[in-house]
Amino acid sequence: MTAPAIELKDISKAFGPVQANKDINIRVMPGTIHGIIGENGAGKSTLMSILYGFYKADAGEIWISGKKVEIPDSQAAIAAGIGMVFQHFKLVETFTVLENIVLGAEDSGLLRPSLARARRELKALADEYELNVEPDALVQDIGVGMQQRVEILKALYRKADILILDEPTGVLTPAEADHLFRILENLRREGKTIILITHKLREIMEITDTVSVMRRGQMTATVKTAETSPQELAELMVGRKVLLQVDKKPSAPGAVILDVQNLNVTDAKGVHRLKGVSFQVRAGEILGIAGVAGNGQSELLEVLGGYEKARGIIFMNGEPIDLTGTKSDGQSRRARGIAHVPEDRQREGLIMDYAAWENTAFGYHHDAKYRSGPFMNNAAILKDTEEKMARFDVRPPDPKLAAKNFSGGNQQKIVLAREIERNPDLLLIGQPTRGVDIGAIEFIHQQIVALRDQGKAILLVSVELEEILSLSDRIAVMFDGHIMGLGPAESANQIGLGCLMAGMGGDDTRSMTGWDISDAAKIEAGTPSLADIEKNLAHAGTAEKV
Amino acid sequence: MDLLTLLQLLDSTVRLATPLLLACIAGLFSERAGIFDIGLEGKMLAAAFLSAAVAYTTGNVWVGLLAGIGASLLLSAIHGVASITFRGNQLISGVAINFLAAGLTVVIAQSWFGQGGRTPQLAGAARFNPITLPFADSLRDVPVIGPIYYELISGHTALVYIAFMIVPLTWWVLYATRFGLRLRAVGENPAAVDTAGVSVVGMRFAAVMICGVLCGLAGAYLATALQAGFTKDMSAGRGYIALAALIFAKWKPWPCLGATMLFGFLQALALRPDLIQRTLGFSVQTQLLDALPYILTVVILAGFVGKAIPPKAGGEPYVKER
Amino acid sequence: MDVIPKWADVVLIPVISLLLAAILSALVILAIGENPWEALKLMVDGAVGSTYGWGYTLYYATNFIFTGLAVAIAFHAKMFNIGGEGQAVLGGLGVALLCLYIPWPHWSLALLGATAGAALFGAGWAVIPAYLQAKRGSHIVITTIMFNFIAAALLNYLLVGALKPAGSMEPSTGKFPAPTHLPSFQDMFSTADTVMFRGAPANVTFFVAIAACVAVWALIWRTRLGYELRAFGHSESAAKYAGISPTKIIMISMTISGALAGMMAINNVMGEAERLVLNAVEGAGFIGIAVALMGRSHPFGVFLSAILFGFLYQGGAELALWTSIPRELIVVIQALVILFTGALDNMVRMPLEKFFLARRRAAKPKTKLTPAE
Repeated sequence: MTAPAIELKDISKAFGPVQANKDINIRVMPGTIHGIIGENGAGKSTLMSILYGFYKADAGEIWISGKKVEIPDSQAAIAAGIGMVFQHFKLVETFTVLENIVLGAEDSGLLRPSLARARRELKALADEYELNVEPDALVQDIGVGMQQRVEILKALYRKADILILDEPTGVLTPAEADHLFRILENLRREGKTIILITHKLREIMEITDTVSVMRRGQMTATVKTAETSPQELAELMVGRKVLLQVDKKPSAPGAVILDVQNLNVTDAKGVHRLKGVSFQVRAGEILGIAGVAGNGQSELLEVLGGYEKARGIIFMNGEPIDLTGTKSDGQSRRARGIAHVPEDRQREGLIMDYAAWENTAFGYHHDAKYRSGPFMNNAAILKDTEEKMARFDVRPPDPKLAAKNFSGGNQQKIVLAREIERNPDLLLIGQPTRGVDIGAIEFIHQQIVALRDQGKAILLVSVELEEILSLSDRIAVMFDGHIMGLGPAESANQIGLGCLMAGMGGDDTRSMTGWDISDAAKIEAGTPSLADIEKNLAHAGTAEKV
Repeated sequence: MDLLTLLQLLDSTVRLATPLLLACIAGLFSERAGIFDIGLEGKMLAAAFLSAAVAYTTGNVWVGLLAGIGASLLLSAIHGVASITFRGNQLISGVAINFLAAGLTVVIAQSWFGQGGRTPQLAGAARFNPITLPFADSLRDVPVIGPIYYELISGHTALVYIAFMIVPLTWWVLYATRFGLRLRAVGENPAAVDTAGVSVVGMRFAAVMICGVLCGLAGAYLATALQAGFTKDMSAGRGYIALAALIFAKWKPWPCLGATMLFGFLQALALRPDLIQRTLGFSVQTQLLDALPYILTVVILAGFVGKAIPPKAGGEPYVKER
Repeated sequence: MDVIPKWADVVLIPVISLLLAAILSALVILAIGENPWEALKLMVDGAVGSTYGWGYTLYYATNFIFTGLAVAIAFHAKMFNIGGEGQAVLGGLGVALLCLYIPWPHWSLALLGATAGAALFGAGWAVIPAYLQAKRGSHIVITTIMFNFIAAALLNYLLVGALKPAGSMEPSTGKFPAPTHLPSFQDMFSTADTVMFRGAPANVTFFVAIAACVAVWALIWRTRLGYELRAFGHSESAAKYAGISPTKIIMISMTISGALAGMMAINNVMGEAERLVLNAVEGAGFIGIAVALMGRSHPFGVFLSAILFGFLYQGGAELALWTSIPRELIVVIQALVILFTGALDNMVRMPLEKFFLARRRAAKPKTKLTPAE
């Protein structure tokens, strides 16, 4: 019997009181693709860090090809044949592709011979595995897909037999992700072993041979992919049947609150991010914006939130919003009745070092009821925070505790309480349940629906298609800065939405969704087959709550 | 202005630019590896003192040179430990080192020599003396080339020649060797270096030590070649001018040579206000000339002469991502 | 989790850092053949052992309060203002111009006017580096260092030329007119029988400095501007979300910072020298950095640290007078304080964190291990 390419026996690791990994046992046979799936915080990253020598496990052993190895640092991992492709690339942007690949693996003190040899090997690897790159291009000038291929080449150049990929498709377009999967299949065919870490069920189902599920630091199951289903994996990941539906009455939309016409945004690097986007949101309805991350949704929220410049017309409650100002119009937006729960609460929605009460006033610190004379009325803000914490069940209900000490779900509730209790006419909300635990997710969804029932307009942006489908009254799909299609949630289905998210317009999609489809963007590659359409659903987000 | 005066001016430029050049290249190594160093001034000062003191005591300038390098290395080590090991604020560390050097040199000098914080005058073998290059005397009368060779190129002290040779050497190390590739990488993205199995800490300490050696040369030059002994605060802001030159040169070796020569030229001009009067027809205040390197640096930083982009990971301690 | 309790962070760490600096300084004193204990006694005697000593200590402390506040307030917005030295020089220029060319009837009015002038000029000198940082991304540390040198050259130029009275040989302005004389402590606290603070330069500006401390405290923790300043210092991205303009914060924080540094000139240029001289500032801008670091950028901490450094300064002067220890020893102590509180902060912090973590674990019974969040 062949020895497993890599075997982990009873690996455990704790950081202070937090047990990140407990008794992990994995066995991966050579020439297979093994998936590791789990929510945020399940312990996947810690495990991989141990494998790559960043951390030393408290207990347990690592066996490579039937031999026990010690991995005290990255050099040992590389020597053991382990190559890692990180979620956030470790590339030197001002170097060329060739220099990045050779870095740390140079043959000798002088660079020239190392670069020459690398160039030759690169060509061979590219031909064999479809890993096309431009050796002399600067990394800062190439696209994300090629950057990832450079990362893979780095590992292969160092003769890695075991490749670990950490959330590889997060930044890729559907086409690039397909290319990646082809590469992985080529590598598998050549006998390489691949470990794929992801939280996306579709990817697991599509390309892995076996899969391990991690939850709360432990391995809950290891199964053959062919013998399981997404539902079963989701349950194993989360620990109970996942609630996908939200109880809501049909909406009764009123007047147009937000009217966006022909919005265009060009970012700091000159890239055109929003290309003539138009839509409306009415009182008492939730408009959900679906789409893979990076297709302009973030820019849309930033423009509406007042910290990105744009060209176009926006009417709020019938009055135009001045878009020609500086990038610091957050206050005037709030004055117009727009509240914003941002996509990244830690980088934008909260000041992590401020106490909860200070965060309650964040963005509203000029409010008259938070002031007393020329000074801020700290007592008033404190009291307000206590009340909000009670209403939104924030735990622990301590207004003086720093935001960084709350869990993700409670942090989100602090932000939500702040924005919702402003009684805004329009609520912008991005990725409301990212990094939030199940209990808080249900609560947050209920709050959003309750707000809608009070007659407010809500613009919801989420990469989780299930969330969009369950919450929205109408859905718009964004791809490459355009709105590909817009229509009622009832007539939308996953496949139709998937097409739109992949950039496909046309009659087929129209009939699938019954919507008015924009002709503005058709994929250059031509109309794809149904198999391709199904594949694109893989990038639409899945049922599990992350 | 006649050729001879011009040559004298350029000769002066070279002598004044040398400590700037050495300190600038020192800073280059450190900053390219991601460690900001505003402590160049302090290291130069410390090296100036110890080299003069030891040169005087032993009567041998080369021993003094070694001592000066030692002093600078000690301060570099402190900066390295604070910035790398303890991940402290590199700017504050640099400021502290400058003060430390300014204070300690006088305190120790006073205790050692009792001359009010200076070393005694250096003479003879305790100084660097001008080196006459071969054929300088015989070629002297050849028109144009002769005086250039005699006045400008020959007749400098050893450290000047060493400094000029260090520039191509630096270029070669940075761009043609494995060490240089890794050093530049560690200043742009230390995580890339770490995951490639190379020690970030090791590379950064190496850079900081190289910086120390070169600052040692710069400081020793001040006290044993440019002048004859150590006096309080003799570095006179040169460390900051070298930093300015580094930014001006956008952290590249050959432009460092250009920038320091330019600033050296300005310093040489400031010593000869009569020349400006004669050539330009009006007098330029010395204070303006003194301030010019700093003004020019601000102009560069303001991006009016192209963007000056420092190494991306500069100033940030490296913490392994969890 | 906040591993270290607040009191330890604010008090214990600076105290330990100070202790380390003191020990090293004692070693230096030993190395040059003097007795550290004797040195300390001399310093204490000379700095706080008489009203004369206190007069000098508080005079220096006043300088450092202003420059320390300047660094502190900029630091709350994560701006590292190293330009206090140059801003204080320009503040001195402002004071000199106002005192020399406006006929003030009474010192209180002159004080108000000079304060305005000092603040204006100091702020003006900080505005350009601030603008370049906000609009063009030029690193404020480098630009402010450069501006220090430019200020020195400017002062030199003016004192040798335009502002020097005709016939005078030394580079300085003329003496300020009599009505601008600020009451010194001696004036204020002496009675007919007992003369206090004889000859010491401490003057009414000390109370202006205290007022500044209170004002800065209120600004940072009680006003909306202070709220925005701190928010921006913590997270620029969040500040943008909240509609706080980075440009506005950078400009305002540096302007106030420059104004505070400039105000130091009231103390030394108007209160003591009563003329503008070349070496007016004499490193006080840099000591402000040490003071702000030790005081954790809190006005009360700045106040205490400033007094400490005033003590060191005056003590050092006494040492230089009576022993062979030169004044530069104070520079060494100052350097060590900056090193330990600023750069080697973690060297003190990390063992403390381990200590507190161990204590917490010992106090609690073995807790059930929680899964990673």
